Amino acid sequence: MDVGALDFTQVDWTEFGTATKDTLAMLGASALFTLILGLPLGIILFMSARSTSPIIRVVYSILSVIVNILRSVPFIILIVALLPLTDKLVGTTIGVKGTIPPLVIAAAPFFARLVETALREVDRGVIEAAHAMGASVWQVITRVLIREAMPGLIAGLTVTVVALVSNTAMAGMVGAGGLGTLAINYGYYRYETAVMLVAVVLMVIIVQVLQMIGDRLVIYFSRR
Amino acid sequence: MIQLENLTKTYGKGKNVTPALSELNLSIERGEIFGVIGHSGAGKSTLIRCINLLERPTSGRVWIDGVDLTRLSKSALQARRRKIGMIFQHFNLLSSATVYDNIAFPLRLVKIPEKNVRAKVEELLALVGLEAHASKYPAQLSGGQKQRVGIARALASDPDVLLCDEATSALDPQTTDSILKLLLDINRRFNLTIVLITHEMHVIQSICDRVAVIHQGGIVEKGPVAEVFLKPQHPVTRDFISREYSQAELLDTALSAPHGASALAVKISFLGDKTYQSILSQTVRQTGVDFAIIQGTISTLKNVPYGQLIVRFEGEEALIRRTIEILTGEGLDVEVIE
Repeated sequence: MDVGALDFTQVDWTEFGTATKDTLAMLGASALFTLILGLPLGIILFMSARSTSPIIRVVYSILSVIVNILRSVPFIILIVALLPLTDKLVGTTIGVKGTIPPLVIAAAPFFARLVETALREVDRGVIEAAHAMGASVWQVITRVLIREAMPGLIAGLTVTVVALVSNTAMAGMVGAGGLGTLAINYGYYRYETAVMLVAVVLMVIIVQVLQMIGDRLVIYFSRR
Repeated sequence: MIQLENLTKTYGKGKNVTPALSELNLSIERGEIFGVIGHSGAGKSTLIRCINLLERPTSGRVWIDGVDLTRLSKSALQARRRKIGMIFQHFNLLSSATVYDNIAFPLRLVKIPEKNVRAKVEELLALVGLEAHASKYPAQLSGGQKQRVGIARALASDPDVLLCDEATSALDPQTTDSILKLLLDINRRFNLTIVLITHEMHVIQSICDRVAVIHQGGIVEKGPVAEVFLKPQHPVTRDFISREYSQAELLDTALSAPHGASALAVKISFLGDKTYQSILSQTVRQTGVDFAIIQGTISTLKNVPYGQLIVRFEGEEALIRRTIEILTGEGLDVEVIE
């Protein structure tokens, strides 16, 4: 790779526009499904860990092991391992659509752990007070746990989405499309360093913006 | 109104079973302020949590108004709990909600129209004197203010019982007094039954009608506060009272007679109006006995004045005995100290 000579004429800006859009689409969709799957999973982990019933504690142990397994498998291997499932779920294994299932299946357990941790920070006394006021389990979850843990949940989601950015790039290895594919195909395989550089800078910008939004929201929900 | 029947609670299993309550029985009347005092670890916290089943007793029954709470279904228990207010040592307010939203919390649980919520919350804010703080967050309030929010929240669903779990233990003495005053006011205004647990005799003395002393998971002494306070039977009770008043040890020489004359030390307890009457001086004038006050307290229990004096009578033995008879006849409690 010739780092010394950066030739920006190699950069096809239209292609970059499409790639950025694809990356953002992958991020948005996978973040949404990660939230939809990970939040309930995290709540179930939190609730079942505190249960006095032995059956529920067994459920917790099983869930906990599954979550740990999914979190320890390297993402690139997970993509390959999930190819049949991905095909079944969305009918393709490439492009934006084909990348979302592995992204979500990798990120949801990660987010679920962060949710569990955030919920553990909620003052037990407040939960007890809600029970004493006749709140149902559902009301305790929606009106006490999620509400009180909101800053932690948002911080957790921010961390997760930032991790998703790097995962979308990694998915570029296997034809995901988006900035990752550009960086790898042009920048790495064809030694077009300028293309790689632009792709990386764009991803850094995306991460910066996401982190900033996350931080702002955490501050907003921490006014107490 | 509340009957606890053979209440037993153990924690742990197998070899590690630790009993918190054992075969405890207690009956609390409607409209009274009932205090439970005990050292930490005596089981008082478990006891109060068993009343609304935040802790489920291992065995025994919890009757409120003739209904056994331990046999209620989940939803019936939730409904009953709405009528049992509870306040806590550490207030347990939602830190992410304003004072207003905290007080509205129990009302919104049952989906009361927002208009009615507003009316009720404003009424409660006025009751606890926090009108100016409605939009503040708990972190911006002092301990006493937080407990006032706790009280307002507990009263929001018009409960018939209020459980106070060490409600003043995290507060300074002045704030404690203002919260106790508020509780007494609420008790009178709404005829609300209050059950409180504490480790401070001062709290019992200030507002309770009756008291139970809990020790190692059982009630060792109970009765009207004046009775328990003036004539404590159990060593634990005596310990609580003497801690509160840290009276000096009486010297033996103070009790024995000077110059070999006949003398007798007695403890005289006054209660109610008799506290401020001149019974003692009238009696000794009549019998011609002298007396020296060795130790004494004049104070109030709730709003009932009481006095307790240790005096040494000096004079002829027969006259001293006559003096004691007259005092007893006047309705004072006289106990000879050996």
